[in-house]
Amino acid sequence: MTVLALAIGAVLAVTCVVFVALPFLREPDPVEDRLDEPGVLERRALELAEERDRALAALKELEFDHRTGKISDEDYRELIGPLRARVAEALRALEPHAGSTEERVHAAG
Amino acid sequence: MPELGRAALALCLGLALYALIAGAYAAKTRRRRLAHSAQNALLAAFGAAGAASIVLLAALLRNDFSFKYVAEHTSRELPTPYTISAFWGGQEGSLLLWLLILTGFSAAAVALSRRSAPDLLPWAVPILGLVASFFAFMLVAVSSPFATQLAPADGAGLNPSLQNPYMMIHPPCLYLGYVGLTIPFAFAMGALLARRTDELWIVATRRWTLFAWTALGIGQLLGSHWAYVEVGWGGYYAWDPVENAALMPWLAATAFLHSVMIQEKRGMLKVWNVLLVVLAFCLALFGTFLTRSGVVSSIHSFSVSPLGGWFLGFIAGITAGSLIVIFTRLPLLRSKTRMESLVSREATFLYNNLLLVALCLTILWGVAFPILSEAVHGERITVSSPYYNFFLRVFGLPLLLLMAIGPLVAWRRASLRSLGRSFAWPAGIALAVGVVLLFLGAGSSWIGLVAYTFSAFVLASIGYEFVRGTRARKALTGGAWLAAFVELVGRNRRRYGGYIVHAAIVLLAIGVVGSSAYDTVRERTLAPGQTMGVSHYTVRYDRLVKRDGPNATEFRAILGVKKDGRSVGTLESGKNAYRAEDQTSNEVGIRSDPLTGEDLYVITDAINPNGTIAFKVLVKPLVNLIWISGVVFLLGSVVALWPSAAEQRRLASRYRELRAPARA
Repeated sequence: MTVLALAIGAVLAVTCVVFVALPFLREPDPVEDRLDEPGVLERRALELAEERDRALAALKELEFDHRTGKISDEDYRELIGPLRARVAEALRALEPHAGSTEERVHAAG
Repeated sequence: MPELGRAALALCLGLALYALIAGAYAAKTRRRRLAHSAQNALLAAFGAAGAASIVLLAALLRNDFSFKYVAEHTSRELPTPYTISAFWGGQEGSLLLWLLILTGFSAAAVALSRRSAPDLLPWAVPILGLVASFFAFMLVAVSSPFATQLAPADGAGLNPSLQNPYMMIHPPCLYLGYVGLTIPFAFAMGALLARRTDELWIVATRRWTLFAWTALGIGQLLGSHWAYVEVGWGGYYAWDPVENAALMPWLAATAFLHSVMIQEKRGMLKVWNVLLVVLAFCLALFGTFLTRSGVVSSIHSFSVSPLGGWFLGFIAGITAGSLIVIFTRLPLLRSKTRMESLVSREATFLYNNLLLVALCLTILWGVAFPILSEAVHGERITVSSPYYNFFLRVFGLPLLLLMAIGPLVAWRRASLRSLGRSFAWPAGIALAVGVVLLFLGAGSSWIGLVAYTFSAFVLASIGYEFVRGTRARKALTGGAWLAAFVELVGRNRRRYGGYIVHAAIVLLAIGVVGSSAYDTVRERTLAPGQTMGVSHYTVRYDRLVKRDGPNATEFRAILGVKKDGRSVGTLESGKNAYRAEDQTSNEVGIRSDPLTGEDLYVITDAINPNGTIAFKVLVKPLVNLIWISGVVFLLGSVVALWPSAAEQRRLASRYRELRAPARA
């Protein structure tokens, strides 16, 4: 029983070691071995994209709340202007990265 | 094959340590192959933990009493399902289950996040490796399930109170919750270490958090039902330290699930959210510590063991390390937006968070106080139910009210005009319900009356939200009512799933209030043929029967039951005398009324030599709503957990268009 246990244990250990070493066995001499890392510009662009998506979502939420009657016409008129301005601002800031506004709205679901 | 079990655990420890050290080095130096190798180590650790688990399970099923663990927790008479549940019925086995689930979840998180959150994974892996290393070390060096001995003829058996079908599912369910909280913790820390404070970690772990929270909630309800039917004291929650240990991380995770929406919608509360994730994880560890350290006396805890000090050190290290990481990343976590109004949806979420965290910390203080008082004054001062019940009312009733108000208030700000229009129907219905209940006699408990009125307010506001949303969707699409309803829920599963969960909490509240504020209790010793009246029931003790079960001798009092003067059948209540374990247990008799949700609950306190029996009989109105709330809770969680194609499209589009490294 002990011999069998040792044999199974050895097979398990060797399998695990090979599996762990697999990235090195597959690419013993890689051209590139660096993890991708977002640069400063990409991080900034990501922040702006989040801001844009947030503003678009808020706009949709406001529209829906208005339709359901949770927001009165007066409140809606007060809130919609600044929100639209925020969306426009976020889209302008993303200009180099962005496609059309319609695509953004569609992607925001 | 105890050697194989030990070898598998040692291998698991080695792999987890590799994931920790190589993973941290790879993340720091940005080495791709080494990072992938560390990820593979976590996957392999799951295989090693699985092998160790198979060895223990095989030993249990073979009644191999040369394993000390098997001999201490099973016997030849023990039915097979309970032999399997003995896997987690003892200290060492339950730790192995922890490790198995942890490595399994870690492997799944690695596999799922390689594409969706590759930026966070290199830093999340060493954190997962750290936690897995700790548990593997405990099993290898401190509390091994593979210790051997000269095999005795039979084992000591399993604690009788654990010989219940609920024990097959309740502990694993709780462990899924406890361990599941490791994943959001690891990714939150990973995000901070990688200086990625955007939404990615929240998106990557949202379903893990929801899953862990659901499992923890369902696990607690199952545990409550087990206590109700098995422990036999007439209740379902005793504010026991180990019960509280599961409640605390659930409360912290509940707060997180609400506050994370403010971060997603408004980009606020980033520091608070990370702190809540750390709190929930540390409380999950604290719960595991409480069960295993022997510092508290509880029906749920294992015996005194050397694990306590290790756990305490680990919790202290994790807490300190997490706070240092958060502190060093504070500049990245600053919010650029401010709350616009104290009357807004986000403000109600904030109030809800403060109440949930206050309740959580109050319970933590109650749990820790006996330990602290003993350490400081040398005298253990126990905190009992009145303390917890008081704070449950203080924080619970406003929470219930906020559940009603929250859905009716708009994001950003709400004017009195809008509020008046939104509140009119739900508040009117709630007031009407309150008045009707007052006339029906619910005023005998003002807390009950307030809780029921608030509950009606919550249900009315949820119903109103569904109606208004469906109407708006129908007006927009022009389709049928049902199609509009399905589309409404499908387009915002988290919101409407959340409302269903709120409805479950209301059912729970109604059940708890009904069964505690309006219950009736009578105690009497009866001879055969004698009767006793309890509320609108009459119970007659007919006779005592004795029979042999598979591993216990069963004594049952046969009781005739009348409700409002009409016979509604018989009920059995008694005791089991377990042979191998040499222990007895209460086996309560319960008659449930499916129409009113009420239970008649009979406890056989003592079977006297002169043939009389001391009975304790309880009538618990609405108690079954507590168990029904579990089903509704699960339904709401599944709706909220269901992946949203629109959201996935949005995130995929975001990362694709920016060509950011997080390529979805």
